[in-house]
This record gives sequence, structure tokens and C-alpha cells, in this order.
Amino acid sequence: MCPAEDMIHPLGDAALAVEFGQSIDPEINDQVRTLHEDLQANPLLGVVETVPTYRSLVVYYRPDLISWEGIHRALCQRLQGMAHTSPAPGGTVEIPVLYGGGEGPDLPFVAQHAGLEEEDVIRIHSQGIYRVYMLGFSPGFPYLGGMDSRIAAPRLETPRLQIPAGSVGIAGEQTGVYPLASPGGWRLIGRTPLRLYDPQRPHPILLRAGCSLRFRPVTRGEFEQIAQEEGHDESSC
Amino acid sequence: MSLLVEQAGLLTTIQDRGRIGFQQFGVPQSGAVDQWALSTANLLVDNDPGEGALEMTIIGPRLVFEAGACIALTGADLSPTLNGVPAPMNRALPVEPGSVLAFGRCRAGCRAYLAVGGGLDIPAAMGSSSTYLKASLGGLEGRALRTGDRIPFRAPRPVLPAMELRTAPAVEYPREVVLRAVPGPHGDYFTRQGLDTFWNTAFTLGKQFDRMGCRLEGGRIELRRDGNILSDGVVFGTVQVPEGGQPIVMLADRQTTGGYPQIATVITADLPLIAQCKSGSRVRFRPVTVQEGQQAYRRQQEALRDLPDRWRRPAPAGKSYQVLLNGRPYTVTVTPLA
Repeated sequence: MCPAEDMIHPLGDAALAVEFGQSIDPEINDQVRTLHEDLQANPLLGVVETVPTYRSLVVYYRPDLISWEGIHRALCQRLQGMAHTSPAPGGTVEIPVLYGGGEGPDLPFVAQHAGLEEEDVIRIHSQGIYRVYMLGFSPGFPYLGGMDSRIAAPRLETPRLQIPAGSVGIAGEQTGVYPLASPGGWRLIGRTPLRLYDPQRPHPILLRAGCSLRFRPVTRGEFEQIAQEEGHDESSC
Repeated sequence: MSLLVEQAGLLTTIQDRGRIGFQQFGVPQSGAVDQWALSTANLLVDNDPGEGALEMTIIGPRLVFEAGACIALTGADLSPTLNGVPAPMNRALPVEPGSVLAFGRCRAGCRAYLAVGGGLDIPAAMGSSSTYLKASLGGLEGRALRTGDRIPFRAPRPVLPAMELRTAPAVEYPREVVLRAVPGPHGDYFTRQGLDTFWNTAFTLGKQFDRMGCRLEGGRIELRRDGNILSDGVVFGTVQVPEGGQPIVMLADRQTTGGYPQIATVITADLPLIAQCKSGSRVRFRPVTVQEGQQAYRRQQEALRDLPDRWRRPAPAGKSYQVLLNGRPYTVTVTPLA
């Protein structure tokens, strides 16, 4: 009998979810990442790819190579084996941000909503260390945890039709960065010149689950300079 | 040596088996929505079943072959014509240089596929030639085809052995389909009545359907509690139910994760059915176990594997040897002379 019996749920005939918990919690997310990295380092025959979320790992597999019973058994063994391991710490990526002005048109609103000065919002936002729990929504979009709730702000009632790539925003108690130009309802407080997604690069996605993020306020001059250098940059965590 | 686009059609993109391994970075899988039609088209012209092909939606393009090639058309019946003469589907066709392939009325289905023997010369982006429009990724410059585009051929072959035998069974696209689906994983988010509505009533495909998913209209599926979950993985075939209670079947270009409760997942073998539905199609769901779904999957894979037997000559009697020549493996068959 597998102790992980209740953790494995089918998603149709060719995928399953291994569920480690029900909440946004660094420890639960660490377990997700441990299994994800274990399956990447020591692949199981028939497993096509794995996708980490906040609290579960989606495992895509080929039923012609491994059956439901077979993969269930193999994953139970993996889960027992990893009971005492924890993932290698992810690296920290620094995200330069030009706060306010045209890049962050909602900074005044966020400050007013929080009853703070704009500089305080910038200071609080750039002091935090944010964990990348997962990527999703669009290529390279990080779901971040760890924002100071003092600068939480509601979404826009009417989303903007087009937000430039690199925009840094706040929605409720979440903060995030848009990797692609897209419509969106987040309150924009700034913009980074870094490209979180660039299909022309050998590694198109800058971040990965398990990374930590830090926002660093930059001047317009620095912003322009980094923007020029982008495209050659290969750093990732 | 290319295909010239004279008219682009409604939505014509290059799609292959899909982008594998990048969902962990939030990059959707993409690929042909109807993988069965893609695979059969490719097999008919001796391509790898997951090779890139043209996916043409409801209104087909008008294409000029600037070089001779062997092609196959599968999937939706968009009334194809070759040089003005109706062109048969589900078989390999030789095409002379200068030929015009055009399409007319959509008679059945939604998405047709055009495979070219030897493949299209499209660079892989993240391991795939599939076009993902929202991120301008893959295909031809990350976009749908436009008038004046040229799609180069990689290694066109004007003729293949046993041309007349290269046929695949025609596929019916009824206006009402029954999709087998594995229940869950969020069944406990729905009331008993909600589950009953989902499994026992018919839904209609509305106007909102694209490569990402299709929205179904019908009885409201009642949720037991607040209809938001922590973003979870979304797979090809996930049926998610937003608060309005109308289900959405997620397809090839779906986001990798989503925050709506998932009532069921359509099995892989039945995805080609939903891929060919369009506005007005009727959809019902039938619960099956994972094991039943996997049995159907294996049967479908075997049918694909056996398809080329229709035109492959029986293996000559003799002895086969595996040899390495310049580092590449070859099979050499030695047959005694009569």
C-alpha cells in the first residue's frame, strides 16, 4: 500500500497530478519542486514532461509506454524515496524596475490606497524577497509569493487592453511581471527592461519555479542602458 | 521549392505534434488540435506522424505549388479542389509544379490538415514548428499565414511507392458527439445536481471556440462552493467550469495552468472529435475509467502504427542484418536468388 495513495489523481488517461497540499506554502511548494527535479534528473520511462504548480505536480505520460498502475507504483516509490530530501535552493534573480511615471501609472493609486507616500510603496516593494512558486498564465509569467500586504491593491475595474511587456503590477496581495504585451487588470507600479520571455534566446524563459526574485529601483538612464543590453543577456537562476 | 499562399483562409497555421517540455515555463503545448488527422496526413506521405503541417480552419486557403510534391489532406472536409477538380481526401496525391489547391464550403468538421511529403522547412522554436499566436512563437514568424507567404519544402518527393494504395479510412464528423471523459479531479466542487447536469444533458458549442478551448452552452452546472481553486495544471481535454456554470473544454493552445474547478478530462482518443466541432455542434459526456481511456489510447496508437501496412509491400523472405555505415544504422536484407 502506497502512503501517497491519496495524493495521486488522474487527469484523464495521459496525465496525473501529485498533490502535496491545498495552500500556498513554501514547504509544500518545495516538495513539488523536489519531485519535479527528481523526475528531470532521473526520468521515468514513459513520462513526457512535468509541470509544477503551487501545490501539485502535473505528470504527462504515454499510456502506451506505462500504464496507470505502472506509473502509480513508480511515483509511490519516488515519493517514499524523497521523504527526507529537500530541493537545492533556487538562485536569486534581480529585476531592475523603473517605478512610477509612464511605466507605473497606478503608483499614485496604490500609495493612496495604502495611505503611504509613493517612495514608501517603492521601498516596501523592493525590499521584499519573492518566491517564484510556479510559471503559468503566459510564457514566463511568475506566480510570486511574499508581497507585503501593506501595499495590496484591488485590480482595475476595467482591464487595460494593452500592457507593455515588462510591466510590474499588483493585484490583491500578489505582485507580478508581465512577460508579454497583453491585456490586464493589474495595478501597474513600474516596468523592468529585462525580458522574461524572448523566443530568440537559447533559453527563452528567464525564470523557473523555485527561483527567488528581488526588485531593484533604477533610474531612467539605467533602464535605457539595460534595455539596450538585453538580448545578449543569458543570465537566469 | 515552396508553397505560395494566394489567399490565407480564415486561420491557417503551421502545427505539429506540439511543444513538449516547456509547459513548466508557462509555454502552452500547442500543436494540431486534431492529432489523429495530423498523424494520418503525415503517414500517408511517409513523414513522421508528428511532422509540421498546415492546419486550416473552416475557410481554407488558396495555395500554389511552386514545385512538385506529394501531399495528403485529412480532417475537415473543406471541399478541396486541385486545379479546379475536386481533390480526394485521406489519400496521397501527386501534385505537379504550378498546381493550385483551393477550398470551398465547409461540409463537415472544423479543421483540415495538409501534409507535404518530406516536410515543410520551418525552423523549430523550443523544439517545435507549432505556431502559438499569443506569444508570436513558432510557425512562420509566429503568426497565421498571409497572402504572399512562401513556405519552403524541405525535401519534396513528387512520387512515392505504391501511390494508389496510400489511403486512410475516412472519418465521420457528426453534429452530435459523445466524449468519453475521466471524472475529476475537482468533483467535490460540484453539487450532485451539477454533476448530473454535466454527465446527463447535451451541450451546444457556442460562438466562442478557438485553438485554446471551446465554450459549451447548456444547463448550468451547479457549484457547491466558491468557484476558484489555486491555479492547477490544465491538460489537453480538461473540462473546467467557471462560476457561470458553463463548461469549457481546453484544447491545444490552453494556458498551462488555470484557476477554475475541473469536472472531468476528455480522453486522448476522443480529442479528435471535439477538435472537429464548431458552432452548433452538440456535445455529451460519458464517464469512463482511466483504464478504459488508456485502452482506447493504445488501440488508436496501434491503428496509426498499422496504417502504412495498407501500402507497404510484404517483407521479402530472407535474412535481415543491422549494419552501421558512417555511424548510422541500416537494415540490410539478403534474399536468395530464385
